[in-house]
Amino acid sequence: MSVPALHTRDLSIGYPRRRKDDICLAKALNLRLEPGSLVGLLGPNGVGKSTLLRTLAAMQAPLAGQVLLDGEDARRMRPGELAKALSLVLTNTPHPGLMTGFELVALGRLPHSDWLGRLSESDRGAVNWALDAVNAGELACQVLAELSDGQRQKLMIARALAQETAIMLLDEPTAFLDLPRRVEIMRLLKRLAHQTGRAILVSTHDLDQALRNCDQLWLMREGAMLVGAPEDLALDGGITQTFHTDSVSFDQSSGAFAVETPAGAAIHVKGSGTRETWMRRALERNGYRHDPVAGVADISLRHNGQGPEWHLTIEERLSRHRSVAGVLAALKDAGI
Amino acid sequence: MSQLAHKTARASSAVVRTGPANDSNVLTRRRLAASVSGLDQRSMILLLMTLVLGLLLLLSMALGSASIPLDQIVSALLLGKSDSTAWTNIVLKFRLPKTLTAMLAGIALGLSGLLMQTYFRNPLAEPFVLGVSSGASLGVALVVLSTGAGGAAMIAGLGFTGDLLLTTAAGLGAGLTMGLVLLVATRVRSNLTLLILGLMFGYLVTSMVSLLLYFALPERIQAYINWTFGSFSSVTVGQLPILASFVCAGLLIAATSIKALNALLLGEDYAQSMGTNLRRARLRIVLSTALLVSAVTAFCGPIAFVGIAVPHLCRGILRASDHRILLPGTCLTGGIVALCASLIAELPGNNLVLPLNVVTALLGAPVVMLVVLRQFKGRQ
Repeated sequence: MSVPALHTRDLSIGYPRRRKDDICLAKALNLRLEPGSLVGLLGPNGVGKSTLLRTLAAMQAPLAGQVLLDGEDARRMRPGELAKALSLVLTNTPHPGLMTGFELVALGRLPHSDWLGRLSESDRGAVNWALDAVNAGELACQVLAELSDGQRQKLMIARALAQETAIMLLDEPTAFLDLPRRVEIMRLLKRLAHQTGRAILVSTHDLDQALRNCDQLWLMREGAMLVGAPEDLALDGGITQTFHTDSVSFDQSSGAFAVETPAGAAIHVKGSGTRETWMRRALERNGYRHDPVAGVADISLRHNGQGPEWHLTIEERLSRHRSVAGVLAALKDAGI
Repeated sequence: MSQLAHKTARASSAVVRTGPANDSNVLTRRRLAASVSGLDQRSMILLLMTLVLGLLLLLSMALGSASIPLDQIVSALLLGKSDSTAWTNIVLKFRLPKTLTAMLAGIALGLSGLLMQTYFRNPLAEPFVLGVSSGASLGVALVVLSTGAGGAAMIAGLGFTGDLLLTTAAGLGAGLTMGLVLLVATRVRSNLTLLILGLMFGYLVTSMVSLLLYFALPERIQAYINWTFGSFSSVTVGQLPILASFVCAGLLIAATSIKALNALLLGEDYAQSMGTNLRRARLRIVLSTALLVSAVTAFCGPIAFVGIAVPHLCRGILRASDHRILLPGTCLTGGIVALCASLIAELPGNNLVLPLNVVTALLGAPVVMLVVLRQFKGRQ
């Protein structure tokens, strides 16, 4: 096993309170963050993901135990030293209006520059490299106020890269972004971890992207932490246990969350392919149960000369519909 | 540049940069060129501002209620004598300290406004948010409104000793307030807490002043109100070094905080992650503001508007957020604005002198409105 970039020794995280018991969110954590790997931190809201990240970044004191960066206690390091070992990206992207993309990324060089923060030739090289690494070269001359959230977040990641730290911590960097941007940023992080040897820890609610990109997952539950390869955690039920609630569960076979089927009227759908999938989703969305054999109503997909058509049979009365909405309306009219 | 291995300070954690480099060389060069020309343009503006400031300094020396020939002014300044003793006295004992005071006050207020706006990440922050002017006004109010009969007569005349007493009282009030704020600044966690405490403290003190005013005699209230109008002309040649050294000290401390100020543009969390010692940065920023603002308030009264407007004006003109540029920029803009206000308040060729605070806001506010509107035009 390689030397970890970061590890924790019997770490307890939480908040101390005056004259009351401390609020302890997790204890006895012995975690290892390896160089060149992307680790996803997942868990339900309020379980302490941000607290863990803040504690690992030494922005908050642990209740007990230690965070060790390359073997050194993070709490004992000076801010300047710490900033050369560990960089941070948060959910919110601040945008001081008049700053350009280049200037924002150049802030990442602050721990390396002189007392005025002047950029040397090698600092400029690092900034330009970081801009190119996140494919944001064209944003260099643009003013932040004119950029989108996704573009700004990319620049914040470039800034963390320009800081040239062995460890990068990201707290829900994709929370406010649309799906294509989320996919792009997670793939970017994977590529950066593998190509540049950085140890990257990213907390996210996007289980799908975490399963597809992370080398390892840290699943946080109340008082416990499950660590493993994403696939192992999917197979041994770790993900199921972490995210299970009354209405949502993790479907091991599809690798996605499924809304637990409500106990509505049973309906049988006959057909195949994409159309059948979406018809079943429409029924599930409206609270109907799927019955593999026969139900109160039968729906079948037919093809006639003009294209596909839904045949709905309720108590032996047949109606034909062109759209999913038509079928749903007919079901409602029939009082089902 | 490809396969360029960069060792960080920590030997064992080598972080490698790899990736596309050659294909982006053109872009990189263009980017470099752009940032360099941007810097040049900004230095040009700074140079221009310096020239304008110099011109205004001369104008402020040359213009006044008494018309003195230009060569006589130069001679009084350089040789210490001119054709008329009265002219020499006017130039050396009145116009010179007034001009320098206006410039120093402008620098101090502009700079402290920038510090407060950056530190609190709030465009409405100004030098007085931490309660300094309130502290100073309490000091003055106590002196003006509660001195005995002899004191009242003295203040009614507002002779030299009266001025000195007011300055001392204002300085003590401002200094004590800033000491308190510094003490609080070392204790509280977030800058928002500090901002709210500062504002609340200001309200508290203002209400005490109101209470004093409520029970005071009308003619004494007038003396207090005169102080609140603000003035650059009450500093004597002898007091000038005190004001100048306070401003210089504040300026030096601000200059050592440039890196922290730039980091704080992204908020305290990011600033800390980029190596800023938050506690030390906060102390430096508050101390610098304390020195700058308490000295100016003590000598010139609570001069409104300059502190909040100058940073906006400067950002609008320089189109920058980098404090390496903004710091000299706000000093120059502050000096220019204060000198302009001082010139306009005296209405050259006329014996009437308008209250300084009337001029700063009445003429300055529309200008700042224009700049801010232009700056935010076309944004969501």
